[in-house]
Amino acid sequence: MAVEAVRVDPAAGIAPGSALEFETVIGLEVHAQLLTRSKMYCGCLADYADAPPNTATCPVCLGLPGALPVANRAAIELALLTGLSLGCRIPGYNKLDRKNYVYPDLPKGYQISQYDLPLCAGGALTFVSGGVTRTAGITRVHVEEDTGRLVHRSEVGGEVSLVDLNRSGVPLMEIVGDPDLRSPEEAKDYLIALRQILRYIGASTGNMEEGAFRCDANISTRTRDGVLVGSKVEVKNMNSFRAVERALRFEETRQRAALSAGEAVPQETRGWVEDRGVTVSQRTKEQAHDYRYFPEPDLPPLDADAAMVATVRARLPELPLARRARFAAAFGLGEGDAALLTAEREIADTFEAAIGPEATPGEARAAANWILNDLMGLQGQRGLPPHVLPLSADQLRDLLSALAGGEMTARAAKELLPQVEPEELPRAAAARLNLLSLDDTGVVDAAVAETLAAFPAAVADYRAGKKAAIGRLIGETMKRTGGRARPDDVRRRLQAALDADG
Amino acid sequence: MALTDADVDHVASLARLGLSAEERARLRDQLSTILGHIEVLDRLDTAAIPPTAQVLPLINVLREDAPRPSLSRDEALANAPRQADGFFEVHAVLTGGPDAEEEAP
Repeated sequence: MAVEAVRVDPAAGIAPGSALEFETVIGLEVHAQLLTRSKMYCGCLADYADAPPNTATCPVCLGLPGALPVANRAAIELALLTGLSLGCRIPGYNKLDRKNYVYPDLPKGYQISQYDLPLCAGGALTFVSGGVTRTAGITRVHVEEDTGRLVHRSEVGGEVSLVDLNRSGVPLMEIVGDPDLRSPEEAKDYLIALRQILRYIGASTGNMEEGAFRCDANISTRTRDGVLVGSKVEVKNMNSFRAVERALRFEETRQRAALSAGEAVPQETRGWVEDRGVTVSQRTKEQAHDYRYFPEPDLPPLDADAAMVATVRARLPELPLARRARFAAAFGLGEGDAALLTAEREIADTFEAAIGPEATPGEARAAANWILNDLMGLQGQRGLPPHVLPLSADQLRDLLSALAGGEMTARAAKELLPQVEPEELPRAAAARLNLLSLDDTGVVDAAVAETLAAFPAAVADYRAGKKAAIGRLIGETMKRTGGRARPDDVRRRLQAALDADG
Repeated sequence: MALTDADVDHVASLARLGLSAEERARLRDQLSTILGHIEVLDRLDTAAIPPTAQVLPLINVLREDAPRPSLSRDEALANAPRQADGFFEVHAVLTGGPDAEEEAP
């Protein structure tokens, strides 16, 4: 993208205190680790997370002389799948290029990336931000490889850097967005939607803390009348969605203040410092990067032809936004509930599998409530990842049908849930824990009689016409049955007793 | 083709090489000679030839996503001039490279 010139003209006259109308322009670059088993150009394990330093390397990813790379088909296909999910054009012919620079985490002295002919180009991401549906352009999606990892350490006699090359050659894709975003919130919501898609299609874990989903941002500021225009600033080192929003908010404020004060906003790279809540200039060499890209001579070009694209397209699942709209329309769910249920593919799958294809809106809403309130609550208590529920679809189906058939009360189910063993059906667990509904009328009648005797005031109130007093009596009777009596049964028996003796 | 000292300095700095004045002069002349040899290609008329990234008639040479054994750590580090705790050890790098991400130990 062309660098915008700084045009600050003090003579343009900014009246002190006058409110300038600013516009923020943001474009995001995302690097996502592709979910493959092996690395991009060699057979070393791509999952380096738990490997001790330098135990997942070979001559290719160590950059030893004479070693030859061969591209990983799965990585190419996952990047293609990403492009298709973002509505990109697939140009067909594409190639890999060398991006040359010298740094200790890059043993070959170049990164194999894609320069002028990427795998996918010109798509769009539709996302919801602030209740409004927005669309931002996707410039391109291309494949590349990760670098090694550097660890800095103070030693006697000075500092050293330690290099772990397990990550060297791990498959990445870069998803470059058009500068279509207009606020830090939009940037955050764009990222959340993009990450959701990558997780849905199985292209990446999207885990930001583990570095599987990284974001750099370009942000510039201008006045709507175009009189004041700041240069593009690149912001790096943001390791969470919240950090992206905070860093861009800080930059937006900083750039507006500079322009308002008649100062220039120079083009530069700035790093987000999380604990101080600021961006700081990363003063690097003045000269522009000179990567001397050229076609990778060790790898033949690629042709994502019609057959390959068709094969990959067949793997495209229903995407989050479409699924959300379908859930809202088909099951009468609110937008908020539909969004929560579809945020993770696994949870949406569990929901659909549990209710089955013939579910009525009422059944669907009941299932949604159990997932959103109880199962997600339990998920949080157990520290489970956001896509893992404490119950499987089979278990949830069993629970819902037991509830619908009156075999279990809602109160008993809430008590039951934390005690259900993995793969144990809730009916079996309820039987084990004596939480199935009471069918023994003798026990219920005894509890009713006990309650009536224990709460003469409520009984008198009811008989005096305060029918609401029955609520208290129902609750007390339920308590006496350990929550296992059916509330409607209890109500009927209480009413019968109260009205008969009245 | 005659390279200038500035050209040589630029390439040397990209390659993180420190050159003495004598080395710079020698490399400037040698590199100029090499480029001169290649310049012969400029005589060819390539107007009718499409640009190509590869001269081999190969396309889509891909491998299946199957892990293979890696080298042992000792093998991986065998040629390292310096190592520590299973890492390659290098001079301290203080600022990030273009795509570097750094973390404290």
